Amino acid sequence: MAFFLETLLGGLMSGMLYSLVALGFVLIYKASGVFNFAQGAMVLFAALSMARFSEWIPEWLGMDNLFMANVLAFAVSVVVMFVVAWLIERLVLRHLVNQEGATLLMATLGIAYFLDGVGQTIFGSDIYKIDVGMPKEPVMMLESVFEGGILINKEDFVAAFISALLVVALSIFFQKTSTGRALRAVADDHQAAQSIGIPLNRSWVIVWCVAGITALVAGVIWGSKLGAQFSLSTVALRALPVVILGGLTSVPGAIIGGLIIGVGEKLSEVYLGPYVGGGIEIWFAYMLALVFLLFRPQGLFGEKIIDRV
Amino acid sequence: MFYRENGQFKTSYKSDQQIFPIPQDRWAILAIIAIAFFVIPLMVDEYLFRAILIPFLILSLAALGVNILVGYCGQITLGAGAFMAVGAYAAYNFLIRVSGMPALGAILLGGFTAAAVGIVFGIPSLRVRGLYLAVATLAAQFFWDWAFLRVKWFTNDASSGSVSVADIDVFGWIVNTPTDKYLFCLGILVIFSLMAKNLVRGNMGRQWMAIRDMDVAATVIGIRPLYAKLTAFAVSSFYLGVAGALWGMINLGSWEPAAFSIDRSFQLLFMVIIGGMGAIAGSFFGAAFIVILPIFLNQILPVIGGLFGLEVSIALVSHVEIMIFGALIVFFLIVEPHGIARLWSTGREKLRLWPFPH
Repeated sequence: MAFFLETLLGGLMSGMLYSLVALGFVLIYKASGVFNFAQGAMVLFAALSMARFSEWIPEWLGMDNLFMANVLAFAVSVVVMFVVAWLIERLVLRHLVNQEGATLLMATLGIAYFLDGVGQTIFGSDIYKIDVGMPKEPVMMLESVFEGGILINKEDFVAAFISALLVVALSIFFQKTSTGRALRAVADDHQAAQSIGIPLNRSWVIVWCVAGITALVAGVIWGSKLGAQFSLSTVALRALPVVILGGLTSVPGAIIGGLIIGVGEKLSEVYLGPYVGGGIEIWFAYMLALVFLLFRPQGLFGEKIIDRV
Repeated sequence: MFYRENGQFKTSYKSDQQIFPIPQDRWAILAIIAIAFFVIPLMVDEYLFRAILIPFLILSLAALGVNILVGYCGQITLGAGAFMAVGAYAAYNFLIRVSGMPALGAILLGGFTAAAVGIVFGIPSLRVRGLYLAVATLAAQFFWDWAFLRVKWFTNDASSGSVSVADIDVFGWIVNTPTDKYLFCLGILVIFSLMAKNLVRGNMGRQWMAIRDMDVAATVIGIRPLYAKLTAFAVSSFYLGVAGALWGMINLGSWEPAAFSIDRSFQLLFMVIIGGMGAIAGSFFGAAFIVILPIFLNQILPVIGGLFGLEVSIALVSHVEIMIFGALIVFFLIVEPHGIARLWSTGREKLRLWPFPH
């Protein structure tokens, strides 16, 4: 029982981390109808930028304060992600308005290759450490309830907490601020939004900036877990089933989907994996999402697809 | 002047309905095929065969398969590499487990196995559509990546799924030199392209296109989506399976699952989109572009670096290479979202009126 709970909790935590990446997909899809395959590359780019600037800034300024270095590096990385977002909108998306979904998908794949290349050219291609003071040591919990208690990774716990915080912040931004309302209007209907005077291009830049910030947060958390390295860009592939399971257009869907996928993955790996040779996490997540899709083709919380002739 | 249809009267349905109704097209295609079969083997050296021509032929075949599914039936797939892998490993298993199995038979059986697998993984397309389907097809990709790595039976207990085959023997013709391999792949590609060209203008192809253009409307006029979509998956997977078997057994000789990874799937989709969706010729243009571009960049970058007096390291070349590759793809999509095939047909329209456009 304790073992089951431990696995379950581990799944929930890693699910939160997937949601963090999935959120980036959902934000951009909602606002511009672009399925952004470059989200993984953005996570990698942000993580590399964070890792390298937190190394470089103390050198340049000659100071020796880890906290200040991290804060400055984070600020610089935010600016970097804004620039990336602006460039993507200005140079790519603006020219591809009204193209088919497949073409846009391929364009973001092209962006992903480009960002991977640029990131590693500028920042180097080794494994870099991101040290933002995340607690590393595991803790025991509920020792009074179970014999031996449950082992929990404190790092995961903090990460899950930060993700939850980000989700709340995003919800407030989208529900309460006027910019957020404008973005939701754009998401609902491009033409109607434009006709009441909401500038489309600016909205897209803002959305990509927000997605850039989620990528940065995801990059910092994943990066401090695994190190900032090329394999971070494959995190996006782990988050894709989350997006389609939750629905491409739903923020709560990304969270719930993340939790379901996280738990499903961990439980299947622990209880089913040994019988079939292990390593089934990644395709099991996709199969799980596929089963859900057979019953709800638009994902759990996606907008209902209406066919018109 | 050279490409004018004036005065070419069709007097029977047969001549009106043939594959290339314009004689100039017919002669041009025949000339290209003749050059490919007889002239190129005499002119080209071994490196060019290995690095460009053989990969180009096999990947064109695979791109044809993807184009049938994505371009003609409108079902976006990101799992094309998986069906190539199924074809390759199935052909391998037929070859080593069935005694006396001819190589050509094994390759075709690999294709049929891939077709069967394609039908199974095509079933979700009846329910799930668009981008959801695209992501769902990744399930096939990751499942087969895993299966060929972990399930020992598929790979005859080889470690990490790497297998190899001896030179293959087609009715007594041992295909082992690059020229032989080139001719063998070319023969298969010509036959399969002709088949595809005929398929897409026949009953089945029209059903696919109706489903692609508006599936509800197609259903209303009596096209069965089940039949149309699953045949598209089956035919597409058959092409991919044969291409996979050729890629493994002819081009690589020994391979492991990584040869058919998700990058391969993306690459194939790039070929179709850059070449032109819903155009047979587009598959060839796209394959040529994607095969040649990295080799070209690889050769040219150190030279350019040298001009500016920069020492270009191998790691830097590979990073700049994927950077330029990505940028060029985006550039191409912006300039011509309908692919090279569209440029080609615009050019042809212009040529019809040249040199007196008015």
